[in-house]
Amino acid sequence: MFLIVIRRILQAIMVLLLVAFVSFLIFRYVGNPVDNIMGQEATLAQRAALEEALGLNQPFYIQYFDFLWKAVQFEFGNSYRGALPVAELIATRLPATLELAITSAVFGVSLGVILGIYTAINRGSFLSNFILSTSLIGVSVPTFLIGVLLIWIFSVELNWLPSFGRGGVVDLGWWTTGFLTASGIKSLILPSITLGLYQMTLIMRLTRAEMLEVLKQDYIRLANSLGLSNRKIYFFHALPNILIPVITIAGLQLGSVIAFAIITETVFQWPGVGLLFINAVYYVDIPVMSAYLLLVGFAFVIINLIVDLTYLLIDPRLRDSQLKSEV
Amino acid sequence: MFKILMLSAAMITFAFASASAETIRWARAGDAITMDPHAQNEGPTHALNHQIYDSLLQRDMSGAIIPSLATDWSALPDNPKVWRFNLRKGVSFHNGESFDSEDVVFSLNRAMADGSEMKELLSSIKEVRAVDSHVIDIETNGANPLLINNLTNMFMMDKGWSEANDVMKPHDVAKGETNFATLNTNGTGAFMLVSRSVDEKTILESNPNYWGKNVYPNQVTEIIYTPIQSSATRVAALLSGEVDIIQDVPVQDLERVSSTDGLKLATAAQNRVIFFGLNTVEGPTSELKVRQAMNIAINRSSIKKVVMRDQSDPTGVIMPPFVNGWTETLNQYPEYDLDKAKALMSEAGYSNGFDIVLNCPNDRYINDEAICQAAVGMMAQIGINVTLDAKPKAQHFPIAKGGEADFYMLGWGVPTFDSHYIFNYLVHTQTENRGSWNPTGYSNSDVDAMIVSLESETDLSERNNTIAKIWGNIQDAQMYLPIHNQVLNWGMSDGIEFQVQPEDQPHFQFLKFQ
Repeated sequence: MFLIVIRRILQAIMVLLLVAFVSFLIFRYVGNPVDNIMGQEATLAQRAALEEALGLNQPFYIQYFDFLWKAVQFEFGNSYRGALPVAELIATRLPATLELAITSAVFGVSLGVILGIYTAINRGSFLSNFILSTSLIGVSVPTFLIGVLLIWIFSVELNWLPSFGRGGVVDLGWWTTGFLTASGIKSLILPSITLGLYQMTLIMRLTRAEMLEVLKQDYIRLANSLGLSNRKIYFFHALPNILIPVITIAGLQLGSVIAFAIITETVFQWPGVGLLFINAVYYVDIPVMSAYLLLVGFAFVIINLIVDLTYLLIDPRLRDSQLKSEV
Repeated sequence: MFKILMLSAAMITFAFASASAETIRWARAGDAITMDPHAQNEGPTHALNHQIYDSLLQRDMSGAIIPSLATDWSALPDNPKVWRFNLRKGVSFHNGESFDSEDVVFSLNRAMADGSEMKELLSSIKEVRAVDSHVIDIETNGANPLLINNLTNMFMMDKGWSEANDVMKPHDVAKGETNFATLNTNGTGAFMLVSRSVDEKTILESNPNYWGKNVYPNQVTEIIYTPIQSSATRVAALLSGEVDIIQDVPVQDLERVSSTDGLKLATAAQNRVIFFGLNTVEGPTSELKVRQAMNIAINRSSIKKVVMRDQSDPTGVIMPPFVNGWTETLNQYPEYDLDKAKALMSEAGYSNGFDIVLNCPNDRYINDEAICQAAVGMMAQIGINVTLDAKPKAQHFPIAKGGEADFYMLGWGVPTFDSHYIFNYLVHTQTENRGSWNPTGYSNSDVDAMIVSLESETDLSERNNTIAKIWGNIQDAQMYLPIHNQVLNWGMSDGIEFQVQPEDQPHFQFLKFQ
């Protein structure tokens, strides 16, 4: 068990080093920073002096390790656009994105699992068919369109919910939260639905398919013939067996929720890291771009690691077989 | 549960109370880059800083120059190289410090320092001197009759505050520098900065000691400024009453905004002309006849009707109508004439047409990419096979400016409202100090000499003659194909009386509630 955990963590570190490498390439090779900084009038001597100061004349691998060393200390320099330290910018923006991602993940997973079980159990009923066919909207309509549509209905026509921004936020010093004010919670609703709809549909369909598969198994029939209540069969015998794929997908999707919050954040002017990244692309703000890339890579790796470790906790078979082969 | 209900009820009441008639909730597409008044020469940055800082003189909502921190000014009768400004008395900064000539000398020198993006506008200045506590002299290298046009966005800072907070120089945005003034302000303007969170929300409140209390309507007590990038969301926020005024209304939503109860649309010509540039030294476009053919093959009225939904002002010259030197005759655009264009093409030896790439931005001007697409179709009619290369502005401008493009789109605003600004950047031969936006290769030493002479010509009618002559040369050389002047649209609540400002800068001290 311990060995497996160590191995997984080593793999995660390897992946992170690779991501850092790509991020470094962007930093160094998408346009020469010296051109950006000095402008056209600079003489060759001035350019050489700046290259020296920035360490650009060092060998490639030294530059890479230098970049890594600074990244480990969260030093990404100052943003070219806002002229603020990148680490500080990201730190102030991260709470908004995380709150949005977590809310939409909770919405997507819980509703997805519940509806998936419901449609599996009540196969063929009118309501199930209705849920299944409308859920196609979630996977087939692009996110920005769903966002605009929701804004149109709930903000413009009904005037119930705000169309942009985070509403009232409470500053806790190290974290700003929208969970503590009414307007903050109202502001969360539309972006969370927009961001979580795809996840919800995916998880619902997965849960349903897995559930249907499991319900055909012999042990369920046995449980049936033993006279166990349906409730007991569904929730104590069937549900645990479908959790592995659902958790895998839910976990991987949490990573993409954070990464692809970019579109939702742009539509709703949500002041998170996604919006920060989009603006960085417009302004060729390289320090922000490469820091964001590292951050998202880091989030993916951590989430995958947690998912992997959760398998071991949930499925005793995995744990045992791994143990045997390891020992 | 009851507590939460009470709490939210209290918040809703609070929300309504704070959104009373004196608060203006203002949205536009982009946020200011920095609050440091001299670090950036950029529209949204100036627009926000204008609420907080004052300049010596400024443009009002119609674009006319009016006194601000200077009450009057003139060139010295015996020396046209020196401008004398009398400063307003009894003005204080937001921190209570009084405003005097020391602050003006400091601020103008700061705007000319390294790292300032405003310094090009002040390049003719030799020295700024304090004559007494409320009189200053600005001495220029040669006589500069248009100096004041360059001062309308030149904001005044407090010398003491700048020393105390170590912001003696602007931070160089390109070098990723930052300073205290990036997020903190101390101006003399109508509004004071309460809080700012970049790209999210900026709150300003009215300055109780504002010198202009009785000069302007001054009815706004609070401004809540929120950039909203997505145009659909920006319009939705206006339609749902979450904001009171938006700039940058997308053309497809104009009808929707103007037909909604409680909302109105204010429209005015913008100080920005859109045009194509052509390579005059290499390739088929080096032939004058080809350039002339392309010019009359562009159907400007159909671009206006189809692409711009009537929200543009087609033109035959690359100069917005506010600019000194503009005439009705120059503005007259050539008739769309395919037969004549084809004839010109065959005279030039290109009866079978040619291939060319059109470089175009896709996030800078109103419907920029769509205009280029329309041009592709129009050029095809005279046999020119155009490949469209549309890119975000960050990638487009280096290509357009660097002379790599044979056929490219550009837009040009004229902050000084004088033709010289256009000539200096777009017409003068590309050299170290001038012609930086003239990658067409057009170079005429007579024209260059005339452009330089404008900077020191004090006889205004003589100067205007020279301007007209230069325009004649430009129209003959046809290195630019003018398309139209952009039209500005602001959407706002019915309860507001506010005029669209040609530089796209709302000055909220002018706003009145009905």
